[in-house]
Amino acid sequence: MTDEKPTPPEIPAPEPTLAKAVEPAAAPAPSAAAPSPEPATTAPKPAAEGAAPAAPAAAAKPAAPAAPPKPAGPKPTDASGKPLIADLAAAVPGAVLEAYEFVGETTAKIAPEHLVAACRYLKDKEGFTYLVDQTAVDWKDRQPRFDVLLLLHSFSRGQERLRLKVAVAEACPTVTGVWETANWMEREAFDMYGVRFDGHPDLRRILTWDGFQGHPLRKDFPIEGIDTGAAIYPDRFPEGGGPGPKDTNRKVVS
Amino acid sequence: MTEPTPGTVAQFPPLAGPPLLGLHEMELNFGPQHPSTHGVLRLVLQVDGERIVSARPDVGYLHRGTEKLFETETFPMVIPHTDRMDYVAASTNNHAYCLVVEKLLGVEVPKRAQYIRVLLDEMQRISSHVLWLATAAIDLGAITPFFYTFRDREVILDLFEEYCGARLTLNCMRIGGLPVDLTPGWLEKVRAFTEPFEKCIDEYEDLLTENRIWKERTVGIAVLDEKRCIEWGVTGPVLRAAGKAWDIRRALPYECYPELDFDIPVGKNADTYDRYLVRVAEIRQSRRIVLQCLDWLEKNPGTEIRGKVPRVIKPPAGEAYACVEAPKGELGFHLVASGGNKPYRLHVRPPSFINLQALPEMAQGHLVGDLVAVIGTIDIVLGEVDR
Repeated sequence: MTDEKPTPPEIPAPEPTLAKAVEPAAAPAPSAAAPSPEPATTAPKPAAEGAAPAAPAAAAKPAAPAAPPKPAGPKPTDASGKPLIADLAAAVPGAVLEAYEFVGETTAKIAPEHLVAACRYLKDKEGFTYLVDQTAVDWKDRQPRFDVLLLLHSFSRGQERLRLKVAVAEACPTVTGVWETANWMEREAFDMYGVRFDGHPDLRRILTWDGFQGHPLRKDFPIEGIDTGAAIYPDRFPEGGGPGPKDTNRKVVS
Repeated sequence: MTEPTPGTVAQFPPLAGPPLLGLHEMELNFGPQHPSTHGVLRLVLQVDGERIVSARPDVGYLHRGTEKLFETETFPMVIPHTDRMDYVAASTNNHAYCLVVEKLLGVEVPKRAQYIRVLLDEMQRISSHVLWLATAAIDLGAITPFFYTFRDREVILDLFEEYCGARLTLNCMRIGGLPVDLTPGWLEKVRAFTEPFEKCIDEYEDLLTENRIWKERTVGIAVLDEKRCIEWGVTGPVLRAAGKAWDIRRALPYECYPELDFDIPVGKNADTYDRYLVRVAEIRQSRRIVLQCLDWLEKNPGTEIRGKVPRVIKPPAGEAYACVEAPKGELGFHLVASGGNKPYRLHVRPPSFINLQALPEMAQGHLVGDLVAVIGTIDIVLGEVDR
């Protein structure tokens, strides 16, 4: 119940404040709509979890005064003026769509067609020799559907980190030619989300098995999984397997 | 000390394109049920006689869809799932996850809780490195270190049990602090273990450091120099054994690490033997940190274990990444929040998974018998590789 009240004011809040520059404002829109039906049933649980020692009835009251700190959450700020971002934008024209800083981390949104050139520049000229992490995010109802996130680290620029964000439909250029470590990271993102990394030398599934159907981390993949028989006997099981789309027991994570 | 033998790798250049079996080559399955694979790692080897021409890791046998599960649970409920990734170092997993949520929430953790967290982390590092030492030595035929190291690891696990009730899957941190305060007399017990522990480390070193068989099996094996380490994203003791003094506790400090005095041990030759030396030196440094935490906690008694955390944890929408120096390398959590009470996307950057990727390069040109040393030297936990 405590969960329900703040939901409506909180979701729209980021949109006007973040106005133009900020990606998260655009991104949560589909997601915000999706989780709202869920908390209605699950809300009492987290409240009890967070406040294990307190009685649930009493817990509802103190939650209201706790509301004031909420608006004071971190806000993204425009970072396109940062020297690193400005240099990148100058070196690879058209690459940087926007840049912002959030909780001390700089993120640059990159146009997919310029991703490899931007990475090449950052590695060779700016010293981002270490690719920390690469992964994908599924925004189910958005076009283009996926975000590919890359986190770079530079030893020579005072341990600076930079996140690159690329919005792609299903195909993304590979950066394995820039950092070899991207190989397995991209295979994982392909396995989990079905994002195709064009030019990848060995784009096979890595965590699930060959012949597995579907991409498990997509938001429309059922949480209880699919019948593994689908992989072995595709003729006897419908594509996707498990509970069919009309099955009422089918739960979709959002 | 014998010099590492260079040149063996150059004889067998990596094959371009899909592997074609030559007249003298044979394909060999290694794992997934082989005991020295530390779980369920499968390697498909191409061997020419006893020489490894190429090794292809096949992972995923322990895949449990943890990242999918994260998305169905509220923020506090995620913590026990993190225990089950690197199950021999659960506290660092808890820690990295709590850090990323705290970063997004803007919660400040009380000083006392920070010291207890660091104390737990460093005890965990000792127990993880000690377990590595035991298993890596057994893989190479030295069973005695196992008895010594498990004697001491047992004490650490007992101490964990007394603090949080669990020995492996600790679930010992909460967003904003800790679940419970220390039990009375716990600090004295930790001190009673830690102070004489230096002698135990000497015992391990007596068994192995100058042991001729150990050196024959480890010197010059699985060399991966600094440049290649960074190219492969390899972190932790493997990177430090290559000579790069890079440790997240110093490079991107978190909690109270800037106030603590410790060194970053580095190696020179980037081989298995140097990684062994680095890990043993790290056990000594962790012991130093534990003692400093004990001093601080004894001087500053209190009851503050948790910062101001809202009752319902709903971080603002946006991305954040936080990492800790886990025993195996950089462990990071990449959180994408959408403003709800569940993580919209929580990706783990597991050190084992990334480090394992460099295995084919490390194994190439070695004998099949040395492959167990190569697997051991990376220190992988398959629960973390496959998630």
